[in-house]
Amino acid sequence: MEIILPQIDLKSIAPILVLSIAAILVLLIGLIPNKASKSLYYYVSFLGIVAAAILTIKQFDNNSVSFNGAYIVDNFSIFFNVVILACSALVILLSESYIKQEDINFGEYYCLIMFATVGMMIMTAGGNLLMIFLGLEVLSISLYILAGFKRDNEKSVEAALKYFILGAFITGFLLFGIVLVYGATGSFDLQEIASILKADGSKILTDPMLLLGMIFLIFGFGFKVATVPFHSWVPDVYEGAPTPITAFFAAGPKAAGFAIFFRVFLVSFKELDLHWVKILWILAVLTMTVGNLIAIKQNSVKRMLAYSSIAHAGYIIVALVACNNMAMASVLFYVVAYGLMNIGAFSIIILLGRKGEENTELEDYAGLGFKHPLLAIVMTIFLLSMAGIPPLAGFVGKFYIFSSAMKSGFVVLAVIGVINSVISVYYYLRVTVFMYMKKPNRDFGQLCFSPYLILVLLLTLWGTFQLGLFPSNLINIAERSILILQ
Amino acid sequence: MNAIILTIITFTPLIGTLRLLLINGNNEDKIKKSALINSIVTFFLSLHLFFNFDASSFEYQFVQNIPWIESFGINYHVGIDGISILLFLLTTFLTPICILASWSIKERIKEYMIALLFLEVGMLGVFISLDFFLFYVFWEVMLIPMYLLIGVWGGPRRIYAAMKFFIYTMAGSVLMLLAIIGLYYLNGKVTGEYTFDITKLSDLNIPLNIQFWMFLAFFFAFAIKVPMFPFHTWLPDAHVEAPTAGSVILAGVLLKMGTYGFLRFCLPMFPDACHQFVPIVSWLAIIGIIYGALVAMVQDDLKKLVAYSSVSHLGFVMLGMFAFNQQGIEGSLLQMINHGISTGALFLAVGMIYERRHTRLISEFGGITKKMPIFCGLFLVIALSSIGLPGLNGFVGEFLILLGVFKVNILYAVLAATGVILAACYMLWMFQRVMFNKLDNPENENLKDVSKREYAYLIPLIILVFWLGIYPKPFLNVLEPSVNHLIEQMNNKTKSVIKEDNKKEVISVNEDHFPEFPLVN
Repeated sequence: MEIILPQIDLKSIAPILVLSIAAILVLLIGLIPNKASKSLYYYVSFLGIVAAAILTIKQFDNNSVSFNGAYIVDNFSIFFNVVILACSALVILLSESYIKQEDINFGEYYCLIMFATVGMMIMTAGGNLLMIFLGLEVLSISLYILAGFKRDNEKSVEAALKYFILGAFITGFLLFGIVLVYGATGSFDLQEIASILKADGSKILTDPMLLLGMIFLIFGFGFKVATVPFHSWVPDVYEGAPTPITAFFAAGPKAAGFAIFFRVFLVSFKELDLHWVKILWILAVLTMTVGNLIAIKQNSVKRMLAYSSIAHAGYIIVALVACNNMAMASVLFYVVAYGLMNIGAFSIIILLGRKGEENTELEDYAGLGFKHPLLAIVMTIFLLSMAGIPPLAGFVGKFYIFSSAMKSGFVVLAVIGVINSVISVYYYLRVTVFMYMKKPNRDFGQLCFSPYLILVLLLTLWGTFQLGLFPSNLINIAERSILILQ
Repeated sequence: MNAIILTIITFTPLIGTLRLLLINGNNEDKIKKSALINSIVTFFLSLHLFFNFDASSFEYQFVQNIPWIESFGINYHVGIDGISILLFLLTTFLTPICILASWSIKERIKEYMIALLFLEVGMLGVFISLDFFLFYVFWEVMLIPMYLLIGVWGGPRRIYAAMKFFIYTMAGSVLMLLAIIGLYYLNGKVTGEYTFDITKLSDLNIPLNIQFWMFLAFFFAFAIKVPMFPFHTWLPDAHVEAPTAGSVILAGVLLKMGTYGFLRFCLPMFPDACHQFVPIVSWLAIIGIIYGALVAMVQDDLKKLVAYSSVSHLGFVMLGMFAFNQQGIEGSLLQMINHGISTGALFLAVGMIYERRHTRLISEFGGITKKMPIFCGLFLVIALSSIGLPGLNGFVGEFLILLGVFKVNILYAVLAATGVILAACYMLWMFQRVMFNKLDNPENENLKDVSKREYAYLIPLIILVFWLGIYPKPFLNVLEPSVNHLIEQMNNKTKSVIKEDNKKEVISVNEDHFPEFPLVN
């Protein structure tokens, strides 16, 4: 028997190689007993991410498929990878002051963020289901540890355990789904599955094995992007995890989750859209509505943002349901906009926290508006952007998504979507009520304005306005990035 | 110059806010003066529009049109015509008055002025936008400063009122956004051009059933803003809790955006649906007129009284507009301006009393005439103008409206006319209880009469009250071509849709139904 070695194209995986090497380097630096080495973690990991991002951007419009179709470098994956790398970079900038303050300044922290990023990049570039699963696991395992990184903190440990148990459980479903799809079609390859479904006509399309497999895949992916009813881990994990990691959760993994959601359903299961559009329609409505309704009752800003992130996942699924070119581009746009405003909002939360007291209750924000007017205004801008008030990034994102839904004729879904966005206004505004309309009931103390944090704030603020006022550039890039999927 | 003048005027207050940001928050005097000067400059700049406006034309003037988000067909397209120019001027006119009226604000004056000027940008933007996307941006942007004005500087229940205001308005407008997107696709399918341009979308003939739904979506957005009868509940709360300037802006300009929206979008774009909705809108308007007046009558809080009188007055505006004839629409437009002036002045007067006594309850007053004779005189003029006494501004608008409505439906006109009588009841009764009777409350002994600053903001309003009442011609002249054009546009469209329905064409655009209509770009 002849063994054919797969063609190995190191150039296409150069970004993840660089990132992995940087991650291992960080671990090695940890062996140096010198205290000064601690600041090295930071620079090495940041440079690693920047290098990976440059390599990724260079691949734009220079696409390749390697490892027998398992690793696809196309504009779609490049777009997501750049977004993911940017999120990771911002999160690392955010972490610097936080992990010092919380005494968790270990090399593993940075290393795990980078491995999680590698996992996400593999996911978005995965050309077959096994590759996607591999990336997902690399990501998940890193995240389980990161969520519990504050070892002494009960909530953090609870978050990690909860996430791990539920995650492991759902991984079983995902794997089972992949196996069922393989059983029905005989292939793991996304492109091949698509052509088998197309060629086989109606017979295979009603195969219960295939449909069950597809539904299990929805479970698995739905868990990762936090859709209702697979959302129960979100609030606890968001609340318990170290705040920079919460920001990371909200931005990176979510983007990666949607990337695979899109690739798998639009490439492989295109023929089955009659079935999954119905399921996702219900999922979208549930996710938006439940997320928004529960968010109303939250008194912790972190938990509120957790539920709001569920709701935002619902909006993105609306685009998945609409499933036209515009919808695809809108998802790319939304992921960027959402990442920016979320990381921005979380950096304010980090700024207000002190060792041992996170200060994330709404009460803790009372009077902020006139004590630290700039902080409050920036926070207000991020919240209004999430609520979808023009002229901010979040508004253009929602406008884009609901336009695409209208374009495909999903008027009812769009109506439910915008009504949800009105509901969401209530809880976003509630934060501003506390900031501006209540008297402070505590001393804010000396806030620690780390220059990196300020940098993150400025970047995200600039992005929120840029995407809101002049979104054309990003729209064009997003439209170019989805050409490959059409 | 003419191409960018609108942009310059609209964003002058924004420059003002940036300047305010640089001033130290403790330097109250400088902050107030800077804001005042900025708003006065804005007003004088806007007068340039009025004097250079070609009143013989219905076309949009001072147009500027540059691409903004090209992949969606969104342009930065602004312009002004006879329908919007007066509202635009009203806004620039009321803002300096509001700033003057806010002189006594003690807390956080800097943030207050910033919010007020920012609000002006949003309001002006709404009236000049000729692109739906741009319109929606301004429409929503304006909510935030108003929300803060009510919520931060308002009365005891300010948080509730601010939240209610924001969510009500937002709830209506998101549905409008969907209808706008629907229009966009419809226009794209029919003409092949995907655009949010209002001037182009106004030319689209929309099939009846679609018109119905789109009208409904726009109706909710605007009816909440107006507010029409069942959607009015946010208004008394917002008015009562808002600071004086907030109330003036709210009554003077924000409410007009609803009626302006009807006039600018619903009438020309969905003429058939408008005709179908006439009974519903008219009855809601009449209920609003009578109900608002009756509720106003029993209020003990002066501000609530004025707030409910707004519901009543705006009922007139809506009723006149939905008569679809020249008198009705002209009257309704004029009444928008009148209401802005009269009710704005009423709120200012109430604010003046409140500043002196820190209460607005009618039962606390009585016999004020003896202490504040000049104030009483001015208040009387304002109250009478609100009632619609001939010779004062309110009369012209209401008369035209009733004339227009009478032509269409006598019953409506008769019922609406009772509103005028009721207005006299609640206004004069209130006036009597506050100003006359015995001066029996010792706390009213030391009231001071009108100060110089108060003269400065009441006198311009009083002048307008008389001017509009005695010689409204210059204003009516400006409106007329645009109103006539609007009516013509409606009639042409209604005919062409019926014609096409007979041909059983589902969607079609009649490009030559009005060939002389000049597209702006």
